[in-house]
Amino acid sequence: MQKQRIYLDNGASTQLDRQVLQVMLPFWTETYGNSSSHHSFGRQAEQALEEARTTVAKLLGAAASEEIVFTGCGSESDNLAVRGAMWAARAHGKGNHLITSCIEHSAVGQTAVSLHTHHGFDLTILPVDHSGQVRPADLEAAIRPDTVLVSIMAANNEIGTLQPIDELGAIAHAYGALFHTDAVQAVAVQRWQLAQQPIDLLSVAPHKFYGPKGMGMLYVRQGVELQPELTGGSHENGLRAGTVNVPFAVGAAKALELAMADLPETVAHYQRLRDRLIEGVLTAVPDNAILTGHPTHRLPHNASFAFRHLSGNDLLMHLDMAGIAASSGSACKSGDPKPSAVLEALGLGREWTKGGLRLTVGRHNTMDEIEQVVATLPRLVAKLQKIHVMFA
Amino acid sequence: MSGGVDSSVAAALLVEKGYEVIGMMMRLWSEPGMGEQPALNRCCTPDQMADARRVANQLGIPFYVLDVKDYFRHTIVQFFIDEHEQGRTPNPCIECNRQIRFTYLLQQALVLDADFLATGHYAQVAQTATGYQLRQGVDTAKDQSYVLHMLTQQQLAHVLFPVGEYTKDEVRGLARRFGLPVASKQESQDLCFLGDNDYRRFLREYSQRAAQPGEIVDENGRFLGHHTGLPFYTIGQRKGLGISSTEPLYVVAKDSERNALVVGPRERLGQQRLRVRDVNWIVGIPPAEPIHAAVKIRYKAAGAAATVTPLPNQEAVVEFWEPVFGITPGQGAVFFDRAICLGGGIIADYEQDDGELQPTTTIPLTLRVS
Repeated sequence: MQKQRIYLDNGASTQLDRQVLQVMLPFWTETYGNSSSHHSFGRQAEQALEEARTTVAKLLGAAASEEIVFTGCGSESDNLAVRGAMWAARAHGKGNHLITSCIEHSAVGQTAVSLHTHHGFDLTILPVDHSGQVRPADLEAAIRPDTVLVSIMAANNEIGTLQPIDELGAIAHAYGALFHTDAVQAVAVQRWQLAQQPIDLLSVAPHKFYGPKGMGMLYVRQGVELQPELTGGSHENGLRAGTVNVPFAVGAAKALELAMADLPETVAHYQRLRDRLIEGVLTAVPDNAILTGHPTHRLPHNASFAFRHLSGNDLLMHLDMAGIAASSGSACKSGDPKPSAVLEALGLGREWTKGGLRLTVGRHNTMDEIEQVVATLPRLVAKLQKIHVMFA
Repeated sequence: MSGGVDSSVAAALLVEKGYEVIGMMMRLWSEPGMGEQPALNRCCTPDQMADARRVANQLGIPFYVLDVKDYFRHTIVQFFIDEHEQGRTPNPCIECNRQIRFTYLLQQALVLDADFLATGHYAQVAQTATGYQLRQGVDTAKDQSYVLHMLTQQQLAHVLFPVGEYTKDEVRGLARRFGLPVASKQESQDLCFLGDNDYRRFLREYSQRAAQPGEIVDENGRFLGHHTGLPFYTIGQRKGLGISSTEPLYVVAKDSERNALVVGPRERLGQQRLRVRDVNWIVGIPPAEPIHAAVKIRYKAAGAAATVTPLPNQEAVVEFWEPVFGITPGQGAVFFDRAICLGGGIIADYEQDDGELQPTTTIPLTLRVS
């Protein structure tokens, strides 16, 4: 018997929108030319690609369509931004210092550590407060004349906390540094006016908002110099060699367009479901659960919790068997879960840091589903707490 | 599921019978790799995990890995060290079954609304009018009921051993028939948490006390030589003692209080009585009278005819009809009536020639708090 399944892991990936699929389809079998080719097939593809680029640029409030670079995924966008900016600065003798935060996605965090460990760049990793926000004063204190880049995510993938990126970006600019933000989680749940915002580089992954996987985008403000990671042809303004994935670029633009068209309704829907989840879980598990991340300044679709003395890994298994798909910052398929580094950064003790759970709602979720989760999750938590008491 | 043949076939058999099967692996603690050498632990390695996951995918069942590292370290591994420090020779598989597999893992399974916990053990559970019986596996050479003697009626009601009705060869044949990628895998062996299968090195590294050199004495306390640490000798050992004597001398006892290795002539190895602690009777209650049973004093031992007398406090005395050799405190003593496992416990001590049971210090077998 196939149980009804409830997908609450939209922060990991989303269902491709059928309208997105429709606009992508012709670009495999009909308009299949290489967008770099000098013939009508190529020109058709190039036209579609540039239309997609323009659409994205407009939706993000960029000054020019050339500011949008198509990449292979969000992680690649982060790598291109961080490595690209640091290497370009080194090439021009322009400074050696990189600032990031302790709760970045590993695509930024590990890249920064690699630049520091293997390539001799100076690295400052900023702490966060109990809500997961970087304090602007900490950035002010850390920034130096040779700081090249400040990279702070727009919203944390695990706990959903939104960062004061306009404030942080303004500080970076005041000191002559570039500002990059990994907006993979946040881009499709708020409006952007990138031309007016103190943001030089912004990473996007369309599969987080009903677009295709295998596609990423990076906003690169005009005049910002990056060294390419992938060298070869002069595709994407010389920033990313390789035949451009035209169908996915078209799909990415369509996905962003759909997201922005319904933004207020979508966000209201997310918030309604999210708030019921938070209220329902915290009410049913009053002593052994906390909401992690900022209570209000958080992604509208993210409800993240920590459960005392529980293994998020175990909880995911039990939820999965109950038909509920969720995720955990310390989850690991190899059964070797580490405490969540993000939860540790919030100052939570050992009794909490393995017990993280992230529920991320999406367009397709209904209040009925949320009520089922609110009924099921506390019951599982209570049973697992009992096992913990027996076997601690 | 360990990624081995037995648990893989167990899962496949259940799927074939129409059960809704959930694959689970326990990630246990194992020694970190030593220096450049990666850990060679047989269980929970990435390879084993990949094998188990592949089998689960092929069977179309979910597969999860449970993190039991800390709990396993604090209970089973620490127990292994503590017992050796007390001069006993523990069987960690028995303790793992008692404290983790059929308790912790079973509880997890029941929370998943599972009806049964199935494992790849070679044993059988039979339902009778008077309750559940634990029986030997059909393959008596592979029978594992010895390490399952602690199962209670409540546990047996929720346990399945699907490969128990087959021989090992048949199980390998089934693995091939099911097309499982693990059909020709090697037997696992020894203690799963050791980095290199060398428990002597492990004890030297993880315990100050277990590996203390001391004296080798005869039964009158006469000094005969030095030993390198009690755990490194087995009851009945003759070679490698480094002592000279007119007659062959064998290890007959470990005196942990004096850290002395006691040796004696061969006839002193044969013992007729032993006391068992932490006794579980499969039927749920001890027999009202002494019973006759075949008693196994280690996993691979043949059953020896004996009279088993239940005592209060989950103890029992076993009197063998003939002297048996190599009785080792810390090992299980498990009682059988032909293929039926009646129960068993842990060997606490055994009788020396003066008829007194030699006490060994016992540590309570309660669950430890980490």
